[in-house]
Amino acid sequence: MPDLVTELGIDVLFKGTNFLRLLGGLWSALSISLIAVAISIPLGIIMGVLMTSKSRIIKAILRVYLEIIRIMPQLVLLFLMFFGTTRAFGWDISGETASVIVFALWGTAEMGDLVRGALISIPKHQYESSEALGMTSAQTYLYIIIPQTVRRLIPLSINLITRMIKTTSLVLMIGVVEVLKVAQQIIEANRMTSPNVAFGIYLTVFVLYFLACWPISLLAKYLEKKWS
Amino acid sequence: MSDELLKIENLVKSFDGNTILDGVNLSVKKSEVVVIIGPSGCGKSTLLRCINALEPIQSGSITLDGEVIERNSKTLPALRQRIGMVFQSYDLFPHLSVLDNVVLAPCKVQKRSKDEAKQEAMALLERVGLGEKAKSYPRELSGGQKQRVAIVRALCMHPEILLFDEVTAALDPEMVREVLDVMLDLAKQGRTMLIVTHEMQFARAIADRIIFLDNGKIVEEAKPDEFFDNPKTERAKQFLNMFEFDSVKSKDGLDK
Amino acid sequence: MKGCDGMDGEVIMSYLPLYGEAALLTVKLGVIGIVFAIIVGLFCSIIQYYKVPVVRRIVSVYIEISRNTPLLVQLFFIFYGLPRLGIPTDAETCGIAGLAFLGGSYMAEAFRSGLESVDKIQTESAYSLGMNRLQTMRYVILPQAMSVSIPAFVANVIFLLKETSVFSAISLMDLMFTAKDLMGMDHNTVECLFLLVSFYLLILLPISIVGTVVERRMRRAGFGN
Repeated sequence: MPDLVTELGIDVLFKGTNFLRLLGGLWSALSISLIAVAISIPLGIIMGVLMTSKSRIIKAILRVYLEIIRIMPQLVLLFLMFFGTTRAFGWDISGETASVIVFALWGTAEMGDLVRGALISIPKHQYESSEALGMTSAQTYLYIIIPQTVRRLIPLSINLITRMIKTTSLVLMIGVVEVLKVAQQIIEANRMTSPNVAFGIYLTVFVLYFLACWPISLLAKYLEKKWS
Repeated sequence: MSDELLKIENLVKSFDGNTILDGVNLSVKKSEVVVIIGPSGCGKSTLLRCINALEPIQSGSITLDGEVIERNSKTLPALRQRIGMVFQSYDLFPHLSVLDNVVLAPCKVQKRSKDEAKQEAMALLERVGLGEKAKSYPRELSGGQKQRVAIVRALCMHPEILLFDEVTAALDPEMVREVLDVMLDLAKQGRTMLIVTHEMQFARAIADRIIFLDNGKIVEEAKPDEFFDNPKTERAKQFLNMFEFDSVKSKDGLDK
Repeated sequence: MKGCDGMDGEVIMSYLPLYGEAALLTVKLGVIGIVFAIIVGLFCSIIQYYKVPVVRRIVSVYIEISRNTPLLVQLFFIFYGLPRLGIPTDAETCGIAGLAFLGGSYMAEAFRSGLESVDKIQTESAYSLGMNRLQTMRYVILPQAMSVSIPAFVANVIFLLKETSVFSAISLMDLMFTAKDLMGMDHNTVECLFLLVSFYLLILLPISIVGTVVERRMRRAGFGN
């Protein structure tokens, strides 16, 4: 093995199924965000529309919900869901389930705010001119409002997805076996044989997360430029 | 000639493939007031910006009292202190009061004492009629007032020559006069001034020499009376005709 | 008196000092980290503003890396990975370094948008008065840029303080660590979680409110005319 590779501890990657295990760990983190995103988008849209409704009560409740989720560090929310529900309701939910629930709640709140922002940024005269042209409310939404909203939303939503992917690294702290946990296991196993394994493995994890997030953020930037 | 303060030789400036200034030769003597006029796009603003090295030049030289003005040279800030420039957009520093606007550069660049600078600033502000506005902020002033402060700000640096780039072009008509009056006062004091303007009456009154610029070249140069009453070149005649409404009337046979 | 629904006041009182200490640590590391993040951010944004040749590329790369990797991973790398290369770091320095690394790019973005919002003519006026680049940046551009950057800046401060919650992963005895530790020991889950939430609210709510007030004041003052 070339010296540099051993020096950097990367040789461990090639042993057995180590690399695959790391990827598996990354996948388990990513799948949490994917599921959460899938739930957040429809729920978030509904919430966003509700936030522009006329009812003050609904707006207030949703606003409070948003602010609470936003001000708490995500890890605290994870703790609350994971440890708190066991105590409060006697449930025994897994780390994965707790994570999905928390991320879905977070994602819905953020998405709702994004949708609300996009909806109110559409100037009133758009609604009025379509009415003047004789379009019904549904047609106005379908042909005028929604296309514009979608354009504004997509780059921002992609940005939210990137943030979610990064935050899934936290699920390590409530016991979910994801990439960092796998990394720790590999390092433990190889500590004696390969002194610099910690460096190499964590560097790999670093690069893996970067490769997971960066293309998505590039896509967001590209779309933003294209559509602005 | 030690009398010559600013000397521009064969100045060529192009941008994006277009030649904006095509071999301009110009010199300004001490205490002289030179006014540059010309149609839009002829390059007069660009000329002033080149003098102050705000724009890069392709060839030619600009010297102030023998010293060459060059972008990216260490002597540039020092030379710029000796040139006072007032822009068309009367942008003062919005986060500073009028007085602070005026004394900022004298204190930080010329390292003068704050008290001394403040004294002079107040005197200058009084002279242009803005003494009581010293503590006000730019957003509280009118365009004409801001422009007068901009002139005072430039004056406080004790420049040897003043450049004015269409300073009244963006002002409401009522405020133009107050600014022009300040400039006339400066001319009477014997300041060296290089003015770009399209206020013809003003140009005639203030200038020692008129320079007519068209398409990046100096087309005609003369004393104001000569230029306005007897333009020698066709181009100058055409340009000045635009300001003569009588000739338009007689052409259309609307004259009695 | 422990109940399933209620909280034991005595337990809470006994835990308070521990949480208090942890909160102080969180705030201390957070503030130091944020200060360094500001320095890094200022440096990067000025480099980008003046388009300094080589350094600019390095800054761009740094920003991309820092924004596309989670703080937790960065911390693990710095804390567990780097010592192997002979760079020893204690947990606190690590935490601060991680915050500075992550926060620097966010601050850079906030400052950059502020710098770019200042009209070019302001720079030209300053140059015409004989000011050099440094003086212009210091007396003319930065003061005007700052007010535009403030909303993003406050958002970043809150974000970074929230991010400190991962410090427990490198064994720093912050609020999360204390909560987890105590829960494991005595199983007073409700009290532990209650205190955890309360202390974070205590730290974050005031800043959030200050931020909203400052933003409103700035808008009223008509800054950035």
